Amino acid sequence: MKIRIKIMGATALLTVWLAGTVTAQVGKPFIHDPSTIMECEGKYYTFGTGGGGLISEDGWTWNSGATRPGGGAAPDAIKIGDRYLIAYGATGGGLGGGHNGRILTMWNKTLDPKSPDFKFTEAVVVTSSDGIEDNDAIDPGLLLDPTDGRLWMTYGTYFGFIRLVELDPKTGKRVEGNKALDVAIDCEATTLMYRNGWYYLLGTHGTCCDGANSTYNIVVGRSRKVTGPYVDNMGREMLTGGGKMVLAAGGRVTGPGHFGLMDLGDGVQKMSCHYEADFDQGGRSVLGMRPLLWKNEWPVAGDNFKEGTYEIESERRGYALELVVDFVRMAGGMRGFGRNTDEPVKPVPSQELADVIKTWPTGNIGVRIGDYMFRPHQKWTITAAPDAGGYPGGPYYKIVIAGTDRALAATAEAEVITVPAFTGAPEQLWRIDQLIDGTYRIMPKVVPDSKEKLVLVSIGDSTPTLAKFDMNSDNSKWNFKTH
Amino acid sequence: MNIKNKTLLLAAGFVILAGSGIQGYSATPGGKNYGTVQVVDTARSIAPYFIRATTKKKTPDPQGFIQRWLLLEPISKPNRSNTVFTDSYIRTAFTTEYFPNQFTVLPKDGEKVKVAEQELTWHALESTLFNVKLFRFAYGLRKPVYGVLFWAVTVVNSPQEMKNVRMAVGSNSASMWWLNGKEAVILSGDRRMVMDDCVSTRLTLNKGKNIIRGAVINGPGMSDFCVRFIDEKGAPIKDLTITVE
Repeated sequence: MKIRIKIMGATALLTVWLAGTVTAQVGKPFIHDPSTIMECEGKYYTFGTGGGGLISEDGWTWNSGATRPGGGAAPDAIKIGDRYLIAYGATGGGLGGGHNGRILTMWNKTLDPKSPDFKFTEAVVVTSSDGIEDNDAIDPGLLLDPTDGRLWMTYGTYFGFIRLVELDPKTGKRVEGNKALDVAIDCEATTLMYRNGWYYLLGTHGTCCDGANSTYNIVVGRSRKVTGPYVDNMGREMLTGGGKMVLAAGGRVTGPGHFGLMDLGDGVQKMSCHYEADFDQGGRSVLGMRPLLWKNEWPVAGDNFKEGTYEIESERRGYALELVVDFVRMAGGMRGFGRNTDEPVKPVPSQELADVIKTWPTGNIGVRIGDYMFRPHQKWTITAAPDAGGYPGGPYYKIVIAGTDRALAATAEAEVITVPAFTGAPEQLWRIDQLIDGTYRIMPKVVPDSKEKLVLVSIGDSTPTLAKFDMNSDNSKWNFKTH
Repeated sequence: MNIKNKTLLLAAGFVILAGSGIQGYSATPGGKNYGTVQVVDTARSIAPYFIRATTKKKTPDPQGFIQRWLLLEPISKPNRSNTVFTDSYIRTAFTTEYFPNQFTVLPKDGEKVKVAEQELTWHALESTLFNVKLFRFAYGLRKPVYGVLFWAVTVVNSPQEMKNVRMAVGSNSASMWWLNGKEAVILSGDRRMVMDDCVSTRLTLNKGKNIIRGAVINGPGMSDFCVRFIDEKGAPIKDLTITVE
């Protein structure tokens, strides 16, 4: 096997770079009520309350810069054909003491404010509330029904009902003669998504805009018809307040709200939201992105990958990724039958790295998959690689044998090995995405001399390789286990 | 985002511009007939959310919700935010005596009570919805809608003693409920109304009259409640009649 990985230093560095929390977006991801994230010409965009928004080159590092006219609150965005439709509430859901709301839509060919094509069409009102009725026309959420191409918009706040209207996907205007339908109560920041014959109505419950004390949380109901009724897992209609939890506070963030779906394909879905307060970012409201999982046809937020030391288990058979090194037996063997049961019980120490590392080669070492025995050659420490950027929802990681700097790497032959030391080379950087079924896809940032997007795959029970991802095959799926 | 729900602009008072008629919406698509009304409000009124209670036999609705209530016009209780409704706060707020015989009276329709400088009237009403929209009750009567405390009373008549039933309540915002003089359910915090949100421990409905008394407090935003009894399996109890006397 021709190894083309550069080896930078033979001495294993025993330092583990700790990135601190890597569960939130980095940069200056400060935003409230983010719109569904849009990809436009290789960049990512989300708009927020107040007119501005965020731009990201990679989906992980976000900074201000997106531009949206109209001010107001809580926009949403959707790409239809080669244009982007933006909907926003011109008012603020009680700002100024009233509930006279108006929602407008407008188009743009691009979301890049530096593009010569960047020009919003004149915004048109698609719905309103008069301040008295049981509705406040803000917080729009858009769905282009994949079954028939019809465009729907939900909107509303705690002031009365959440309503559903139909828009014309060609013009962004209200379909003539369309009457609003009441679909939920006591939530806000709603939107719709479709999957496998179900329409899902996402809403935000709890208390908004109270920083660390905000109880905002995202709930869902579903219906076989876009027009409802939307029902939760207990059979409660959302018109009676029903809703199944998708995401609540956790870790050091409170108040997730304003769900947005980001379907990356190949079984990878992300949800965007804002957290009312990220304790690690001064308690400010920040953009959040989480894996979106599906359990029993219900969406639920996954957890962003956490740095740590893991068994990397193949979903194929349950074996673990390990170095190709001699198995070092531990002392002792099976205790004979019929022995005195009153003999004192003494714990058996686990095998440690120092017990075995001298038996390992110092150069590149291959990788295989084997019975997990919690031995040093099977324990992988995964940390965010410094200054390596990221992808939607996560940073690139380095994956090293615990206690060493020996790093997992892709080769030009589309195989996987370990190199003695992590250098930061792109083939040593790994993207980790949780799939909608809860397992993980592990993908090198690059495969040397290749433009193909390959992932870590179990080609045999005991043999890993790099190959195209197949969501329908357990070969392509992995689990991270702590023991 | 609902700024109103956390930052009450009480200083502005309740300034809803009545103006022209309200466009009501709309048909609920499929399912049960939850919460849809046609509002016509050139003259402000509690219609179409309420009708006057009658003496006709009234049972819970198909989902078991109790719709016939005596409601007292709102007691002024200013709060800029609903986030103050901790358990201890609302227990204090709800056990404060605002008017005589507050915890024993079975008022009559039109009866008046004095609360500090306020003269308030009891109204015997039937909600046209599964939930009792206190906001619309106050708004329709041109009373304050924010920073308020409501009292509600009803009589549940049971054909026989029913053991191991539970009172299931949802309210916006916090509330507290008593059955036959004993505390049954308390809903603290900045609540939104969700059916079966908080449920009592096992209770006994006496044969004959049982009195439910409830108090709902709200700062900013809409206020409402829904109450029903459920059995051991969570199914609604509908074999009841509801009166206000």
